[in-house]
Amino acid sequence: MSQGTQIERKNLVLRLKEAQKRFGYIPEEVIRGLADALDLPVNEVYGVASFYSFISTKPLGRNVIRVCKSLPCYLKNSEMIVRAVEKALGIVPGETAADGRFSFELVNCIGQCDRAPAMMVNGDVHGDLTPEKIAQILRDYK
Amino acid sequence: MPQARVVLRNCDVIDPKRIDSYVARDGFKALAKARQLGPDAVINEVKASGLRGRGGAGFPVGLKWEGARKAPGDEKYVICNADEGEVGTFKDRYILERDPFTLIEGITIAGYAIGAKTAFVYLRAEYHFLFDLLNSAVAQAKDAGYLNGFNIEVREGAGAYICGEESGLMESIEGERGEARYRPPFPTTAGLWAKPTIINNVETLMNIPQIMLNGAGWFSQMGTEKSKGTKVFSVSGDVAKPGVFEMVLGSKLRELVEEIAGAKDVKFVQIGGATGRIVPVQNIDTPLAFEVVLGAGAVTVFNQSRDIIDIMFRTMEFLQEESCGKCTPCRQGTQVMLEMLERFASGEARPREIKDLEDLSRVMVITSLCGLGQAAPNGILDSLQYYRDVYESRVKA
Repeated sequence: MSQGTQIERKNLVLRLKEAQKRFGYIPEEVIRGLADALDLPVNEVYGVASFYSFISTKPLGRNVIRVCKSLPCYLKNSEMIVRAVEKALGIVPGETAADGRFSFELVNCIGQCDRAPAMMVNGDVHGDLTPEKIAQILRDYK
Repeated sequence: MPQARVVLRNCDVIDPKRIDSYVARDGFKALAKARQLGPDAVINEVKASGLRGRGGAGFPVGLKWEGARKAPGDEKYVICNADEGEVGTFKDRYILERDPFTLIEGITIAGYAIGAKTAFVYLRAEYHFLFDLLNSAVAQAKDAGYLNGFNIEVREGAGAYICGEESGLMESIEGERGEARYRPPFPTTAGLWAKPTIINNVETLMNIPQIMLNGAGWFSQMGTEKSKGTKVFSVSGDVAKPGVFEMVLGSKLRELVEEIAGAKDVKFVQIGGATGRIVPVQNIDTPLAFEVVLGAGAVTVFNQSRDIIDIMFRTMEFLQEESCGKCTPCRQGTQVMLEMLERFASGEARPREIKDLEDLSRVMVITSLCGLGQAAPNGILDSLQYYRDVYESRVKA
């Protein structure tokens, strides 16, 4: 493989992340476009896109809530936070609200165990959560 | 043995946004000294220090560097593994937030020692909020003339535990699915783009400037026979004071968990996260060292109200979800174990499934492609050793 192709190829994950940011997910046309540009089979680009949890091949809401479900948060009652988000949005983990404002996911350890229970909304980290704080936090994401 | 501040010496002392505050704390003096000594002497000093990798595997750092230095080829790479994904680990986040400059100095010394012109810092996607701080620190070091043309690029992950495994990490930098590679060849001879590469954890590289400045003899005075220096621990779970604590290696688990983090009524401790070991309270005086138990230093404390089977189920659920799927023992093994643990949790397990768990554990340890599958059964085997009666009580007669 030539150096030039390597540099292009090494940017595949970055390109997918850019598309994720721009469209909120990876549309099929983007996968085909990247496959053409890099001279790769479509399935290979799809394989990379579908491997990573911060890259989605399904449409997501404008804001993505990721509540940590790993043990340190579980020990600090993260299930109460899950219930509070469900109540605030009327959706369960894995779903996107009908108005497209939020998607809600459960994720593995986000490295905020000293502030458990914790969640991320887009790139922002929110720690030391209580069910009461949830509505207030979500209000800031339009 | 006491707490110490070697890795964390600048944390909450310097301003992580301003290089001058780091320079005022002997910043970049170690790099200047390294350049005076020459690459071979630097590697000899690191070897003599006894420093071992802090990411969990504990490989001798000097040997790794020597392997890459001696490997043929003009193009070599340094990778700093900042893809801290092990459950219960947050010490690298704590370090990066407070002292990115020591890390940059450590990376630059590593690059000088092995003869690399480029380094990558692979930062997990969940730590995106550190991206600008790190890039600013690199830019300041470059502008101040400390890097001598050495290039440090911060690459962000995209959400995958397996990318903290060194071969999965390299695949990800190359733009691939982050699946583990077969070894050999090892990264020191054929790593990133098949070039000689060293991959070191954040904390490992944080030790380098202090070793260069104070000497291998100073460093190796701390610790035990096979575990020199300090270790930074991430303590969470059923404790009064969760947080990051640096201890001299060989310190007792009890001191960290009960005296420092204020745990009461401890039942067991998981050390090393999802792939880590279970230490029951009767063994709480165990020393924290590579000889006994360490991992990457995740210490999750569980009190008497916790159920070992529930904790093992959740541990296995994590591993099953994060297995990259490339090799069968890990992909299928974690799935089958999860199903068995679910039956133990609900009291539906068959009597022979205790032995099945043990047999499957042995197969996974021996045949899995990378550390994830090889270490996935650790907690299961420990819990079967210490809490076999609990498993037996969940069997359907």
